[in-house]
Amino acid sequence: MQRGLLGIEGMERADIELVLETAFHMKEVGQRDVKKVPTLRGRSIINLFFEPSTRTRTSFEIAGKRLSADVINFSSSASSLSKSESILDTAKTLDAMDPDAVVVRHQVAGVPKRIADELAAPVINAGDGAHEHPTQALLDLMTVVEEKGRVDGLCVAIIGDIAHSRVARSNIHGFLTMGAEVRVAGPPTMIPARVEALGVKAARSLREALDGADVVMALRIQGERLSGAAFPSIREYAATFGLDRAKLRFAQDDAIVMHPGPVNRGVELSHDLADRRPSVILDQVRNGVALRMAVLYLQAGRRARAQEPR
Amino acid sequence: MARVLIRGGRLLDPAAGRDEAADLLLQDGRVAAVGRGMEAQGAEQVDASGCWVMPGFVDLHAHLREPGQEYKEDIASGGRAAVAGGFTSVACMANTAPVNDDPAVTDYILDRARQDSPARIYPIAAATKGLRGEVMSEMSALVDAGAVAFSDDGKTIMDSGVQRRVLEYSRLVERPVMVHAEDCGLVRGGVVNEGAVSTRLGLPGNPAVAEVVHVARDLMLAELTGAHLHVAHVSTAGAVELLREARARGVHVTAEVTPHHLALSDEAALGYDANTKMAPPLRSAADVAACQQGLADGVLDAIATDHAPHAVHEKEVEFTAAPPGVIGFETALAVVLELVRAGRLTPLQLAAALSSNPARILQLEAGRLARGDPGDVTLVDPERRWRYDPAKGHSKSRNSPWAGREFTGRVVVTLVAGELVFHADRGVLHP
Ligand SMILES: [Zn+2]
Repeated sequence: MQRGLLGIEGMERADIELVLETAFHMKEVGQRDVKKVPTLRGRSIINLFFEPSTRTRTSFEIAGKRLSADVINFSSSASSLSKSESILDTAKTLDAMDPDAVVVRHQVAGVPKRIADELAAPVINAGDGAHEHPTQALLDLMTVVEEKGRVDGLCVAIIGDIAHSRVARSNIHGFLTMGAEVRVAGPPTMIPARVEALGVKAARSLREALDGADVVMALRIQGERLSGAAFPSIREYAATFGLDRAKLRFAQDDAIVMHPGPVNRGVELSHDLADRRPSVILDQVRNGVALRMAVLYLQAGRRARAQEPR
Repeated sequence: MARVLIRGGRLLDPAAGRDEAADLLLQDGRVAAVGRGMEAQGAEQVDASGCWVMPGFVDLHAHLREPGQEYKEDIASGGRAAVAGGFTSVACMANTAPVNDDPAVTDYILDRARQDSPARIYPIAAATKGLRGEVMSEMSALVDAGAVAFSDDGKTIMDSGVQRRVLEYSRLVERPVMVHAEDCGLVRGGVVNEGAVSTRLGLPGNPAVAEVVHVARDLMLAELTGAHLHVAHVSTAGAVELLREARARGVHVTAEVTPHHLALSDEAALGYDANTKMAPPLRSAADVAACQQGLADGVLDAIATDHAPHAVHEKEVEFTAAPPGVIGFETALAVVLELVRAGRLTPLQLAAALSSNPARILQLEAGRLARGDPGDVTLVDPERRWRYDPAKGHSKSRNSPWAGREFTGRVVVTLVAGELVFHADRGVLHP
């Protein structure tokens, strides 16, 4: 297993499988009466969130606590520009605290990597700009494995704002590495340049993307883009790329619907689709904790073991 | 005044079309004689065997940061870095603080240069007051003070009506208007070339068309006004093609390209290193090839460094927040020499792009080595191997994409007005 988790791009299939396998074990732990195990007792994990994200931070925090690690939260909405403290200063300060793992979320792509370059501890990327959100993709893979029993050979359609989505990028790399076919569709203004270079097919319409899909993933339209110039109106977006049961008929009969949350109801997904099967959104959230336990165990636990006297 | 005899080298004088073994005698700050097997009693001897003897390089695009941002660079440190890279004449951009839009600032720069810079410094004045793109600067007064060209570089004059007037008025002073050609509406916060790389990195893309559209507009305005348009740091195949057509039509346009746009593609940015962030950004491999071809064909006249010093702490921030630009004086020759080694340029073409062509664009008495010309000479050892360490360089800043890089070929001696100002083994020799 590679040290740190900065992205799914370049991650070996065997490593993804190891994480998923470990995550399923962790999920069993979460189903016990006593949900806590002593695996990471005495280890410290720093959650360094430059961008507010209650959901992801809480998920990492619960995961760390269930493993008995000390979890320290640093939140800062200010960028290093306004604090006049460089990213590398921040990284060096953290390093001095000697954590066993550092979880980083930042609104700009590349920041977790720059921090990782300076740190002795492994860095787990909890989302960087429009680049990657690897734990989200891994928990999505976990959910698909649960639902479908496999990823290999499946057809996955990712719908929406591909250009600004780290969830899309990580999932594209993840599904492709695990042997699925991936198509993307969205308003042309939200499809990034040369997207095919990532190995996906750019569908010309929602219908073409959904045709025969086993997994349909709707992406969240970020709040600041709801009023942006990338599409004419919410109403038009909902009509062209919003999913409802009628449009879902183009996909496989047993297709599942995923969304990284939180859902803009009536925009990316119709109300009834957001709440009920075939959507598996709550399973994604549940699996998030188990998956992050697995990642923390594999990253922070390994360093802990390495430090034990032989 | 001292006499210097440069013996045994290969003379490259592009203005005269000369590429031959010849000695060069400098006296009273000028070239006194050119010939073979020369002897000169009492002259200081410079052994140039194995070396190319070239006119001192002329950089028509650099940022020396003085006045106002002396923590990044000043005229003294910039001048020292310049001669260490073989540049004997440097034109400096107007985006200082205060902006060089007033003869007093031009005076100040020239005064500082006379005192502290081993290289000759030529100020470029702002095309519009405060670089705001609204009201044109006092071109006549600025030229009288010593400005050699006009540019709002770092910014773009988006208002086409203002750009037309700037070009039109520049005919009064017969000096080039140098443009940083990027359509701001298309750049829209883009920080790397838009394409497969921006998509992989998840960083906002700056599309090639942002440059191409703007070059198209300015070529049309140059054609309309008859002014001398100079396009700075060309980075795209599309702009090279437009320039090629415009030249064929007889538009008075010249253009430059930087060493980084000739040598690096956008893939250099894949590690999020802010020292690969430039404006315009590093482009695709196809754009790099087109720029190389444009230089070989003469569509791009000059190699300019766009030397843009920034402090370490300014680059150690988020990629989107880091200021664009890299330092370039001390690596320029070594980087572009690879084009000669790859057979894309002849040594004489390289010499022209580094000296006679930029001198012609700025109407400087420089870039040539015939009898009577200024004694500005750069000696290059094309086989000398060295390793670049920005920390040991002469610039105050270290923001280079080539840190730690092994190069073959370097500037070994630089003379300005017949005086030795740089020697690779002795450093910068200036009071
Ligand atoms: Zn510029």
